[in-house]
Amino acid sequence: MHVLTMARLTILEASRRKLLLALALLTLVVIVLTSWGFSRLPTMNGVTPAEVRVAASQLTILVAFMFSGVLALGATLVAAPSIASDIESGIALAILPRPIRRSEVLIGKWLGLAVLIALYAALSGVLEMVGIWWATAYLPPSPAVAITFVGAEGIVLMTLALLLSTRLAPMTGGVIALVLFFVGWIGGIALTIGQTFQNSTIINIGVGSRLLIPTDGLWHGAIFYLEPSDFLAAAQAAGRVRAGNPFFADSPLPLPYLVWIAAWILIVLVLANWSFARRDL
Amino acid sequence: MEAADAASLAVHTQDLAKRYGKTVALSGLTMSVRRAEVFGFLGPNGAGKTTAVKLLVGLARSSAGQAWVLGAPVGDLKTRRRLGYLPELFRYQGWMKASEVLSLHCELAGLPRAGWKAEIASALATVGLSERGDDRVEGFSKGMQQRLGLGVALLGRPELVLLDEPTSALDPVGRHDVREIIRQLKDRGTAVFLNSHLLSEVEQVCDRLAVVDRGRVIATGTMSQILGQDGAVRVRVTGLPPAGRAALRAYGNLEDEGQWLTFRGLSQERVPELVSEIVNQGGRVYAVEPRHETLEDRFLQLLKEQDG
Ligand SMILES: Nc1ncnc2c1ncn2[C@@H]1O[C@H](COP(=O)(O)OP(=O)(O)O)[C@@H](O)[C@H]1O
Ligand SMILES: [Mg+2]
Repeated sequence: MHVLTMARLTILEASRRKLLLALALLTLVVIVLTSWGFSRLPTMNGVTPAEVRVAASQLTILVAFMFSGVLALGATLVAAPSIASDIESGIALAILPRPIRRSEVLIGKWLGLAVLIALYAALSGVLEMVGIWWATAYLPPSPAVAITFVGAEGIVLMTLALLLSTRLAPMTGGVIALVLFFVGWIGGIALTIGQTFQNSTIINIGVGSRLLIPTDGLWHGAIFYLEPSDFLAAAQAAGRVRAGNPFFADSPLPLPYLVWIAAWILIVLVLANWSFARRDL
Repeated sequence: MEAADAASLAVHTQDLAKRYGKTVALSGLTMSVRRAEVFGFLGPNGAGKTTAVKLLVGLARSSAGQAWVLGAPVGDLKTRRRLGYLPELFRYQGWMKASEVLSLHCELAGLPRAGWKAEIASALATVGLSERGDDRVEGFSKGMQQRLGLGVALLGRPELVLLDEPTSALDPVGRHDVREIIRQLKDRGTAVFLNSHLLSEVEQVCDRLAVVDRGRVIATGTMSQILGQDGAVRVRVTGLPPAGRAALRAYGNLEDEGQWLTFRGLSQERVPELVSEIVNQGGRVYAVEPRHETLEDRFLQLLKEQDG
């Protein structure tokens, strides 16, 4: 019951503070501009339809990367203050003595933020795909799965920022979450390099970073479903040349890894709960 | 006292203590607040008043000791329905309207939805914000926020209201209003726990009080118990030789301000005797003012005794 109240409050706050409006307007501008850019591809001199397809597929991955970045930054910026600023401002002092559990406040906020992230990922993803399809008649093989993974990336980072927010000031928690996000990205690059050159130390570091911060793993999951099969086959044939390319994935995410990501979110939420419950206000 | 006895009390604590690292915010607090009584918790800044209230409403966890609120151990979820709390330093969601803040709290308190509207209107009227219900809280002054906070604390007719420095941001009119609200609460059987460093406030509304300093209670009881029976008397005298002055010390704690002599701890029956003694010593008496000791005097005295 109170979980839904807190979730509703979180969404209401985002909308009242014009966050949703600002995001919607900016995203629309981005989608219009990128679609226009895509629409220029087939009009270039002497370009073949096959070349348009390759270029469009590459650009789609880049655009997805931009959206995943926006989502990661946005999720962090919104989640890092969520508990911390309520404590700083004293809003929490007024709310928590009510018959509501701290866990309900936390899960409610998580739910509200998760809904916002999922909605944003879905709407912006679908619109962008429609724009690309309109401009080039190209559609990646599994856009829905890719969009889901990009959204999940945002939710993972939001959950991490929420945990930090139970103990750290908004700025501190936000910076730490973003640093971890980029460390995870580098860790992912290290993993592919280690795999190409079969260096077990680097592989271990890369695997460790993917397990600890699953954002880059999800990003690679998203890439895989944006790659046309012929393109994938050609890239795999190229072998070592592809090593360390953060915009390429040669295999889908294994099921155990997906299960781990779900468990990771759950574990971080439990930790956040434990940390918040113990905090003196 | 056992938990069973605590049921008949609004608040009961037993050796309640709280440390923040090395800082002892509260040490060994034992006290009882009865139902339908206005209880003052009086102490200088940093005495541990806010800490005590935070422990009672479950915002912080005690380091030692026990506490019951309305008969249940602190933090009990169901009991919190019957509590109202005004924090000391707080802000509400600036993006909400005052009425929305109130309805959020109605919802969190579990009040039946049908009653919210009347509840909100009455809370706004009580704290003098009827005109501002549809305004966003971000435009409120600190004093208006405090009024709103008081309104929030009154929602749903709680059985115990804990007010942490409720008048700190209020003008004299606001202070007067708060005293009126506290009296109304008492009349309808609500117990009030009032944290304050303002002696006049406590003096005017409280049935009983505890004086706290550096985390411990240094006096507790009704106002007259704390003030003691002995009053003081101020006398304006001229022509009294130094030896005479010395002799007068037998009449009580003498404060010598030249023409004005203040005798503390002197019962009223001995005042005529004192005056004739002054005259015997060669003094000329111009004025005799019996003075009841104020809470302020007693408070400062208690703090001094603590230091001594
Ligand atoms: N969260 C906290 N962390 C560290 N020390 C604290 C904290 N809260 C209160 N204190 C300390 O506990 C003591 C009592 O504080 P407080 O209860 O706020 O006093 P009062 O409300 O009577 O002015 C002070 O010395 C204060 O510095
Ligand atoms: Mg205080």
